[in-house]
Amino acid sequence: MKFAIQVNEGPYQHQASDSAYFFTKAALEKGHEVFRVFFYHDGVNNSSRLTTPPQDDRNIVNRWAELAEQHDLDMVVCVAAAQRRGVVDEGEMQRNGKDATNIHPRFRISGLGQLVEAAIQSDRLVVFGD
Amino acid sequence: MSETIKKFLYLNRKAPYGTIYAWESLEVVLIGAAFDQDVSLAFVEDGVYQLTKDQDTTGIGMKNFSPTYAALGDYEVKKIFIEKESLDERGLTLDDLQHLVWEDEDDDWAEKDSIKLVSREEMTALMEDADVVFSF
Amino acid sequence: MSTLHTVNKSPFEKTSLDVCLSHAGAGASVLLLEDGVYGATKGTAVETRVKQALDSVKLFVLGPDLKARGLSEDRVIEGISVVDYAGFVDLAAENDKVQAWL
Repeated sequence: MKFAIQVNEGPYQHQASDSAYFFTKAALEKGHEVFRVFFYHDGVNNSSRLTTPPQDDRNIVNRWAELAEQHDLDMVVCVAAAQRRGVVDEGEMQRNGKDATNIHPRFRISGLGQLVEAAIQSDRLVVFGD
Repeated sequence: MSETIKKFLYLNRKAPYGTIYAWESLEVVLIGAAFDQDVSLAFVEDGVYQLTKDQDTTGIGMKNFSPTYAALGDYEVKKIFIEKESLDERGLTLDDLQHLVWEDEDDDWAEKDSIKLVSREEMTALMEDADVVFSF
Repeated sequence: MSTLHTVNKSPFEKTSLDVCLSHAGAGASVLLLEDGVYGATKGTAVETRVKQALDSVKLFVLGPDLKARGLSEDRVIEGISVVDYAGFVDLAAENDKVQAWL
């Protein structure tokens, strides 16, 4: 079965990203396909490679990135939500004249259409949020 | 692109301005309209506050996005369901909400109401019937 | 069409559980996760409401979230099944869609 996952909350503040991660991991381990993980609202903050949690805590960003690496996951960050919250990749940096990027290379910034497409292409949309 | 048309239900349960959910979910509805799916919007609980008339955000320094709902008809989004019980609980009636319409090109561009007031039971049936539910 | 509803709020803070239960069609499944798991425990002010719901819907609670909050499985109302993340995935797959009451 093909799943689409939507994450509406940022890391650490809310459990949503953790729940989404464990759901996604369990789905992949069961042999399901995850078509896309879409990060929306404050969820875009899950993609900041500058995150530095204390040593004894989980690294939510790296954990997503490792899962994506293992399973070739498509992790998309909403561009409009990212712009508002200062989540920047190379293209956005140049387009908006910013002096830095902060996105982890396993994530990509794209439009909301990617969420809608994921909902159309997948058998199930599972949303995690506040 | 897939040929199948899915029944999309956007579930709106949150009030505007206090959090960004209402505005950013409306952005999804606008973008999603281009995908030619069978779209319905459900407003339940505090979600009904999104549609109140006379919103004026000048004093809080935020963009007043309530006029955007009036544009939904132009995006072919014409099925907007409001739960009566949610209005009642909040001391509201349909008169407190914006009047949303869409133009029917098959009927000489006549303006038709987009909003339909439904009971909780009807809302439950609508939810049951959807293929995909978007929550924000 | 069968639906898996998810509720992640404590019933003592938000109305999500009650509203979800009043919109869940007969035969639907409802999964309590995150702070939603507090609604699954015995002896609370919402226990009667939850037990009543068991007549028409199937209720599930996410075990790892219970455990994290110091709640043992014997605190869970009879008739509510405890599942892990793999069970959550199964529920999502078995039902036709997932509706999150965020």
